[in-house]
Order: sequence, then structure tokens, then C-alpha cells
Amino acid sequence: MYLTLSTRHSPATDLGYLLRKNPQRPQSFPLTFGRAHVFYPEADEHRCTVALLVEIDPVGLVRTRRGPSGEGGLLDQYVNDRPYAASSFLSVALAEVFGTALSGSDSKDRPGLMAQALPFEVVVPALPCRGGEPILRQLFEPLGYQVTCQRLPLDAQFPEWGESSLFRVTLSTTVPLPLLLSHLYVLLPVLDNDKHYWVGDDEVAKLLRHGEGWLANHPARELIARRYLKHRRSLFAEALAQLIQDDGEDPNTEAETQAAEEATVERALSLHEQRLETVLTHLKAHGAKSVLDLGCGEGRLLRRLLQDRQFERILGLDVSHQALEAAAERLHLDRLPEAKRQRIQLLHGSLMYRDERLSGFEAAAVVEVIEHLDPPRLAAFERVLFEAARPALVVLTTPNREYNATWESLPAGQFRHRDHRFEWTRAEFEQWCATIAARFRYAVQRHPVGPEDPLLGAPTQLAVFTLLDSQQVTLHPASPE
Amino acid sequence: MTLTVPELSLVVLVGVSGSGKSTLARRLFKPTEVLSSDVFRGWVSDDENNQSATPDAFEALHFILRKRLAAGRLTVVDATNVQPESRKPLLQIAREFHCLPVAIVLDVPERLAHERNRSRPDRNFGPHVIRQQASQLHRSLRDLSREGFRRVHVLRTPEQIDSVELVREPMWNNRKSETGPFDVIGDIHGCFEELTQLLALLGYTGDSDSAVHRHPAGRKLIFVGDLVDRGPQSPEVVRLVRDCVQAGTAFCVPGNHDVKLLRKLRGQAVQISHGLAESLAQFAAFEQTHPGFTQAAAEFLDSLISHYVFDGGRLVVAHAGLKESMHGRGSGAVREFALYGETTGETDEFGLPVRLNWAADYRGQAMVLYGHTPVAEPEWLNHTMNLDTGCVYGGRLTALRYPEKELVSVPAARAYAQSARPFLRPPDPTPGPTLQQAHDDLLDLSDVSGKRQISTRLHGSVTIRSENAAAALEVMSRFAANPQWLVYLPPTMSPCGTSSQPGLLEHPAEAFDYFRREGVSRVLCEEKHMGSRTVLIVCRDEAAAQRRFGVKQEGFGICVTRTGRRFFDDRALETTLLEHVRQAADRAGLWEELQTDWMVLDAELMPWSVKAQALLREQYAPVGAAAAGMLTEALRDLERAAQRGLDVTERLQRTAIRRMMAEDYIHTYRRYCWPVQSVADLRLAPFHLLASEGQVHTQRPHDWHLATLARLAGGPLIATTAHPVDFSQPDSEARATAWWESLTANGGEGMVVKPMDFIARGTRGLLQPAVKCRGREYLRLIYGPEYTLEENLTRLRSRGLNGKRSLALREFALGVEALERFVRREPLRRVHECVFGVLALESEPVDPRL
Repeated sequence: MYLTLSTRHSPATDLGYLLRKNPQRPQSFPLTFGRAHVFYPEADEHRCTVALLVEIDPVGLVRTRRGPSGEGGLLDQYVNDRPYAASSFLSVALAEVFGTALSGSDSKDRPGLMAQALPFEVVVPALPCRGGEPILRQLFEPLGYQVTCQRLPLDAQFPEWGESSLFRVTLSTTVPLPLLLSHLYVLLPVLDNDKHYWVGDDEVAKLLRHGEGWLANHPARELIARRYLKHRRSLFAEALAQLIQDDGEDPNTEAETQAAEEATVERALSLHEQRLETVLTHLKAHGAKSVLDLGCGEGRLLRRLLQDRQFERILGLDVSHQALEAAAERLHLDRLPEAKRQRIQLLHGSLMYRDERLSGFEAAAVVEVIEHLDPPRLAAFERVLFEAARPALVVLTTPNREYNATWESLPAGQFRHRDHRFEWTRAEFEQWCATIAARFRYAVQRHPVGPEDPLLGAPTQLAVFTLLDSQQVTLHPASPE
Repeated sequence: MTLTVPELSLVVLVGVSGSGKSTLARRLFKPTEVLSSDVFRGWVSDDENNQSATPDAFEALHFILRKRLAAGRLTVVDATNVQPESRKPLLQIAREFHCLPVAIVLDVPERLAHERNRSRPDRNFGPHVIRQQASQLHRSLRDLSREGFRRVHVLRTPEQIDSVELVREPMWNNRKSETGPFDVIGDIHGCFEELTQLLALLGYTGDSDSAVHRHPAGRKLIFVGDLVDRGPQSPEVVRLVRDCVQAGTAFCVPGNHDVKLLRKLRGQAVQISHGLAESLAQFAAFEQTHPGFTQAAAEFLDSLISHYVFDGGRLVVAHAGLKESMHGRGSGAVREFALYGETTGETDEFGLPVRLNWAADYRGQAMVLYGHTPVAEPEWLNHTMNLDTGCVYGGRLTALRYPEKELVSVPAARAYAQSARPFLRPPDPTPGPTLQQAHDDLLDLSDVSGKRQISTRLHGSVTIRSENAAAALEVMSRFAANPQWLVYLPPTMSPCGTSSQPGLLEHPAEAFDYFRREGVSRVLCEEKHMGSRTVLIVCRDEAAAQRRFGVKQEGFGICVTRTGRRFFDDRALETTLLEHVRQAADRAGLWEELQTDWMVLDAELMPWSVKAQALLREQYAPVGAAAAGMLTEALRDLERAAQRGLDVTERLQRTAIRRMMAEDYIHTYRRYCWPVQSVADLRLAPFHLLASEGQVHTQRPHDWHLATLARLAGGPLIATTAHPVDFSQPDSEARATAWWESLTANGGEGMVVKPMDFIARGTRGLLQPAVKCRGREYLRLIYGPEYTLEENLTRLRSRGLNGKRSLALREFALGVEALERFVRREPLRRVHECVFGVLALESEPVDPRL
């Protein structure tokens, strides 16, 4: 990692007094993760440049890393840009090596100079900017910096790989040195959008301390706080509350932005909500008492099922262990009263394998699941559900591909979700439903879900399969109210 | 006096308190065979005489009893058992596990029991208790047989009790000592002519003076029953079978038709239908020329045992088949199942009973051969086969040679009866999936989930932990190709031992050393290509793929990654590549040479960038870009500082070295990347020809694999270069080392050292099938650009290989096991459990740099 800081203040060599580093003497400092070297490539009356070269110990980084394995991402690997690209390691090095200047304590040799705005230029030859140049400008320009930057190619020999997220960045401004260092300290890791250490609760205090006097008024303060706290939602909320406390911003504009945000989210949410409500309505109308939620994910349908006492036995199945853990947490399974707890069960399983635990249920909900299965393996799912588990009622939803044309943001021919293996037109779905119904002796009815376009239909297609000549399972139709 | 009990029975002791049951049980049975209510009372309540603990004690006793009977172990219940209601649950449990219940009654004088109880301080109940028990016992005595006890032994005096001896008698169905070879014959139904033809075809000859048939090599016949009805010569068939059975050249189990005929002959009222009328007429006529035969036939049929277990338990024969839990057991339910199978109670559109397909759920180790329901062709399903090919309906009479598993059959001379349900398929030019393949469409979760032990030929039993199975379930379900394609996944590979030579982490010396020390005399060094591992299945045509793999409309082959995903998203590109392989095999004449229409290849596919795009963009290239950018500027500034007269020499030198390393690093990964527009830009280097029809090529040495696969070279296919090493030749190692040095100096990844034999064993068992020895420059991509700095190397040298090596062996054994099972045409679940196991093991935490 490398960074240089220059000034044209006259005499420029005063920089040495401010940093408490002699321009004539190269120095080295030990760090927990390597060594920092300070030297001055140039130091005369007119221009003085200090260089901070941080050598990270790449082997120690991997070998001495604490914490659960697999959590560290790139930090688990020797092939890692951390020794080279500016990141939170550089922030820590800055604080260690130039700690006095960062804290703002005045220089005895040059009293008053520390608080004085001086012309500075900072060069970071390899700075990762997640979000690119706009983010870089968004962060530094409001603070009065002049930003010039140049994106580094990933590999000049392979232009088809595209650009890297690395920039060579030059920042020029005239501010007191401590403020400059604070900006760098906070904003370098924000640009990188990563932290090499666990972001604990004391990190909020650190952010507030180093952001004092500038962060509260920064238009991108939310982004800064969110990224600095590594997206830890609870910490972010805490920091934001404290920032806004001493904030004079007009509450009206705030409310307006929030409303706009909500609408965007609401639009996305409402379709899924509507889908779940429709599925629930069908399950209720058929009087099903025991229900499978196949591909239950984080348990949004399960929560609804659990709220309704009609459903006496609920089983949520998912192939993702992580999703099930999230579902258990979301449903507060460990805190439910015993009677409620006994109605629900979460199982790790797969729709590709026959599973006897799925037998003996009256109904199954399969909400937005089949499009995640490879078409050649759909056959296995069909037998698992309709032949082996064989519930009397199946409520199944899947996207209607035709409707995608109404979404401007979705490029033509692209699926709604990266993991979708197919999306069907209404005709394709109809054909599939008919084949399934005939093969496994079910009756089927299809329904649109969501706003209907006269030509393209509704965004979601839903099918209700009911078992014909069912002998083992009898449903209990809800009595008319 | 002796007490005879069947070897698999539930022995219920009946007697008042103090009658000597425990003493008798101790003398006649193993201590672990006896479940005593007193002991269980003690276990649940710390007091053997605590009557209030009785319900809990019996609940626990019944639990253990069930486990023992399920495992087929004789068990004795030592309790008073004087009341019918206390015997009833025991009889129920015996029935549940198809074990014969036997009662041993100790009917001693009451006075004696009183005296014994008085002498025991812990039994403080009064004489009325014994009196009541005795009267209950006496009331029970005459009912025991009616309650369901198959045998009742009554011991009346202390002398008898003290002197009686126990004899364990084998189950009637136990013919485990008969090891064959056998010829198992399907349903005959009076087709005598076809039977004699078939016996002649099988090599049996008839005695001149009787119907006895013998095989010169001592083979024996097994008849699956239904000798009679519908066909023209039922009495002749029965006579032949009886004579052979009595002469000891045959075994026979009864069929439902045989049993019905017997009942009619015994004067019971049965419906005269399904060909019984013909049999009765034939027997009446036969009786004219063979007086007394009808009676003899009835006695013979009556003597038949409903199923047999042969050959140490490896073969089971029953007319309608038999599920595993009933093998070797004795109960009414077992007999019913063996004769009629299991039906749902419903009838189908032809008015015939709907049968439950027990064979579809069969998971047993024993081969089960049966008949009962005519099928067009006998087919294996889960190690079972139905041999009834409907001779009487104009089909064939079929025999299976055991253990050879060869089918021999003769066609029916004509159709003697009309089948209610048509069973002959019209000739089909494109045959559908086999019975097994159709069934294998659906795998069962219980065959892969949870903690599992998979037995392998190469490496014993391999344990799969349940959390690893769970991880594999997600990968297998979400990303893997159709399991019918997945007959193999490659094992992980360990590096050679760590080199201590300056500047190096790996060097051939350690690889050679490992194999030499283990007693291997020759190894093969194969060039390690830097691309992505792929397993290819290539069939001669799509029909062959359907026939052998059971896949439908999935082309004539597939390329999968080492985790079982399809290698290519672009199916057209995949097909073109497979087409090249197929044509290369055509040109090389491999199909004919191996007598196969499919093969499985293990290969490396290049360039690396074709599969590792994301990795390169997100990890490898940014490291290079950041390092080059940052180090160049730092170096320039250090030079400026030096010009100013500052002492930065050391920093300058070190930064210059670091920048050189960054350049080397970039240079290294670039060698493995090039753009791919079409198949012409791909390079496929196959190195194992793993399997083809009937063979897993693990018995062939590695030089055979490379030489055979080299014949495919051309177009995108390239040969893998190799260098043999013979440890007995002095300069052999040095030459191979020099080869490795030049290979890696030119940017090659390195080499893989394999024992010449595909499967090699050393002093402590199975050896690593291969160890890799990677080049100095290549390892920058693994350990980072600056790993060659001595301070880094020193620390990197401490790396443990044991975990990796143990994993490699287990995965290797599982992979080979999967192939062997596939080649033996075992059910898919048996292949899949091994492949799934490899994937599960891959989720074990092991240093990814190894």
C-alpha cells in the first residue's frame, strides 16, 4: 500500500514538523500486520512530499487471522490485493504513524500551523473504489477536494476483462492537516467498502470522533456510515441517530426522500405479498389442515400459515441450510409457546429426492420454486411432489415471462432473477400443468396474480392442483360463513 | 429330555414366581439372549421387586426385544407370563418380526415355589400370590397353542428342569449351506415339453428309469413355483420336480396355483378357475396310468417350504418375491407374501389385483429371484429379478444361471391360455429405459442424507458425516447435472511433500521419495495442464446414451466439472467439443477395440480462463493491477529519495524485488488465459480412460491410459506428455527432474506423479493415486506473488499434508467404487451414494492451497 502527501506551503519542509517526521531521515514503524516506512522523495522550500509505504505480511495475514474460517473472504487467501490496494489497513497505518497530526495536537516548533489551512495534494496509486468514480467524487468533492482520477485496467493484455475497480487518485485541497488525515482515515475504507477487522460496537465512536465537524453535514453521510460500519444495520442506525441529533437539516426534505424510497420498495414488495396472500387464500378455501411449504426460504409464507389456526401441521422445507436458519430466527421458533411451536417444523431437504417425511400432508405450497430447477431435473421434482408426497392440494406459482416486457429495467430476454433456469409463457405453463394433471391424476385450475396486462397477462401465474379420486386423503372444505 | 426351538424364535418362559425360570434360562441360553422382567424393573427403578415399576419395565423390555428380533436374534423373555394378557403383546411382537413364538412352561408344585420364595428375603409376598399365579397358569396351559405358540414345552418336575437339554434347529427355509451353482426356473404351469427342452439346454440329463434330472457339473435346479394349471401336462411337471427334489438335485418353493391345487386335492372347497379345471382333469387321467400319484403329488406339494435362503444368505427364492425383513423368517405373513405378494386390495382395469411393488423399495444385499406375474423380459431391479416370462401364454420359459447371472430360455411351443393382462410388448425399435432406469428416475433422500457408511472395494468403509452430506445436498440439488450422468467425480489431489531446497516449496524429489519408500518400483510423471478438471461422458450416439445412462433427450454426452456441474453454459459449444471426441474415437477405432458404445474420460480443459472468468476478474487480475500500480510509483519515489542522498538502499532493493515478483505473477496467470471464440480455442487433455462397457480401466497401468488417449489427439484434443521413472535405474529420477525443471521454467504448472499401476498399495494400505509437484512460478497463483521471499517460504513450509492425503484416498476409493457399481449395472442410488459421498467429502475443511 502506498500513499504520498505533498504541500506547496512555504516553506514546504514545515510538513516535517507537522508530521513529526524528519524529511532527511527515512523511518520504519512496526504494525500488527506488517511494517510502515516513511520517507520524503522530495523536500525543499517549494514542495515537500512525504511517502507512506506499508508492507503487509501476506503470510501472517492468512495464518494469524482469527475468527471462523470461510468468513474472511479474500482474507483467507494468499492471492489477495490487500498488500497493495489502499484499504482499512492504510487507515490504521496512518493513525499509527501520523497519530499526533491526526489528533490535531499543535506543533511546538510551528505553533498555530496545525490549525491552519494549507495546500495539500494526496496521491493514492491504487485505490479500490466500489461504485467507481461517481462515489469517489460524491465523497470528496463536498469536502472541497479537487479530484482527478484514472481507472486502472484489470489487465492491459485482456481488454475484454474490462476495467478494474482500482483508481490512481489525486486529491487536492486546502485544509488543516488533521482534517485531511481524518477524511482519509474514514473515507479510504468507505471507498474500498471492506474492513480487515471485525466491526465492533466501538467502531461507532471511532466514526463519530474522526467525523467530527464534517461528517454530520456531508450529503453522503448515510452511505459513509453504512459502509464504514460494514453494513451492520444496528450500528448504522445508532450512528445515524447520533449524527442527525445535532443536525439542522430540514425535516421536510428528509420525509420526502423517505417516501420516495418506500414507494420503490413497496412496488417490489407488493407483488410478493399479493402472491403469498393468494396462495394462502387457496389453502384456506380448500380447508387444508396440514401444509407443506416446499422451498420455504426465509419463511414469509410460513409466518402467515402459523398465524392462522386452521393450519394444524406446517412443514417448511428448503435446500438451503442458511435460509432455514434465517426462517427459524424470523419465526422466533425458540420463543414460541409450546402449542404453537408444535404446529410447525422446518426441514432441510431437497425437491430432487423422494422424501418420506413429506407424505401425509393435505396440501403443498410451491411458491416461486420450479423456475430455480434445471429443466432436465424438473421430472424428478414432479415425481417427488405429485407421485411420492402426493398431497390432495398443490398450489404452485411461477413467473409469467411475457410480463417481463413491461419492466423497463429488465433487458429483453433476461430472466427476473440470476438463478432462474427458465421462465415460462402462459402457454408453456398451461401445457405443463395439463401434462402433470393428466399424468398424476389431478385436476388443475390456473389463476393470474398481480396487475393484469391486457396482452401480456399478470406477472405471476398460479396453478391449483387437486387430487382426483383421492382415497387416502380427504380434505375438509371450509364451511360457508 | 431335549427342548427343540427354531434358531430364530421368541422363547416365552411361563411359570409362577419361584418356579426356576431364571435358573433354567441361565443354563440354556446366552446371558444376552435373556430379557428378564426383574432385571428391567431393577434398571428403571433400582428395585427388582418394585411392582409399580412393572409398566415401565415392560415397555423397556419390549423395546429391546423388538431391536433383537429385527436383527434376527433368538430372544428369551423371562417373566411369569401366566396371564394371557401378558403373553399377548409378546406374540404380537413375534408376529411383527416374523419370528416363531415358543412357550416353555415350568409347571412345578406350588409348595416348591413357596419354599424358594421364602428363602429369598427380597420376595416378601404372601402365599396367595403364588396360588393365584398357579391357577392362572393351569387355566392357560391348554390355550397356549391356540394363542399362537408354535411349540409348547411343559416341564413338570425340578429334575426335568435341571436335566433338560436345548437343541436349536435351523429354520426350514435355511439352505445357506447350499452354495450352488444353481439354475433357477421360472413359472412352468404344466408346460412340460418346454421344461424338458430347457433342462436339456441347461445341460441336465434325465435318468433312464425315473424323471430325475442331473447336471454333470453338479449344478442344482431351483423352481420358483406355479408348476401347475393352465398348461397341458401339469402332472408330468410335478412328477419331474418331485423326483428331482427327492433325489436332491432340485429345490422347489410352492406357487399360489400349487397351493390351491393342493387344497382341492385335500377336499377343501375352492373355486375351480384360472386353469385348475384342466389340472384336475389331467391328474384324473394321469392317475389311470400312475395309480397313487395324485396322493403322492399332494404330499409333495404339502411338504414345500414357502421360501428358501441359499448360499450363505446371498440368494433368496420365493414365488412372489420377498421383502428383506422377511428373509429367513417364519410366520403366516411371510408365507402369504411369498405365495401372493402384497396387494393394495384394489383391482386394475383388467380385474387383476393391484400389487405393491416391493422390489422397487428393496434395499437388501441378497439377490431375490421370483415369478408369479408374467413379464415380457426378465429385468434386474434393485438386485431382484422376476423369471416368469409367461410360457403358458405363449411367451418363454426362462432360467437364470446363478451365480453367473446368465439368462437361458426356450420359447413356448404355443399359447396354452390367454393372459387377462397383455404382457408381451410389441417389438420396439428404440427400446425405452430399463426397469431399473425407469425406477431410478427418482432417488430417495434416505439414500444420501444423514451420517453414512459407504463400503468400498479399495479402502473399506468410508464415513460421510451428516453435516457434509447436508452441504452436498444443496450443491447436488441446485447445481449438479442429472444424477444419471454422474457416474464419477474425481478425487482431490495432494501435493508432494514440502521441499527444503532454497527458493522452492515443491520439488520432484519428495514425490519420488514417497512412492519409493512405499515400495513402488515405477512411476509415471505426467504433465499437469493448467486448466479446469472435467469429466466427460461420450457415447457413440444419443440412443446409446439413453440405453446405458437412462437419460432422455440429453444428447450423446456431457462435460461436468469436479463438483458435478455442467462445465459449459453454452450447450452448442459443449456438443461441438463432445463431437470432436466422438469422431476422434471413431477414427482411432476405440469403440470396436473396447467393445463399447460409451466411455468416461478424466481430462483437463484449457484455457483456465474459460471456467475461471469470475475468479480472474475478481481476484487474480486486481492483485496484479494493484501491485504493479502501487509498486511502480513507490519505486520511482524511492529512487528520487535516494538521489536526494537519503539512505533507502534496502527499501529500494526490496521494492524492486517485489515489483519483479508482481510482474512474474501477472506473467504466470496470463499464460493460462486466452480468449475463447469457438471450440478451436479450447484444448482438451484427457489422461484417464476411466470406464467403458463392462470395464473400469483401473486394472490398466497409466502408460496404457496415456497411450490410448494419445490416439485421440487432433483438433482441440491434445495428448498429455509424460516421463516414466524406474527407481532401479540410476539416472531415471534425475532425467525426470530435469524434465520437470524445463517444464516449469517455461511456465508450465508442473507435473503429477502417479504409481504406474492405477491402484497401488504400500506398506500401510492404499497409496495416493497421484501427487502433484507444482512449479515455482505457478505457485505464485496459490501462495501469492511474494511467496518466494525467504521469510515467507520459511513459514509456508510448515504445512500438514495428512488431512489432504486421507481425503484424497477416501475420495479416490469412492470414485472408483461409483464406476464399478455403474459398470456392474447396479441401481443408480448405489452409484449416486458414492458420487454424493465425494461431493460431501469435498466440503470437509482442508487447506485449499494444497
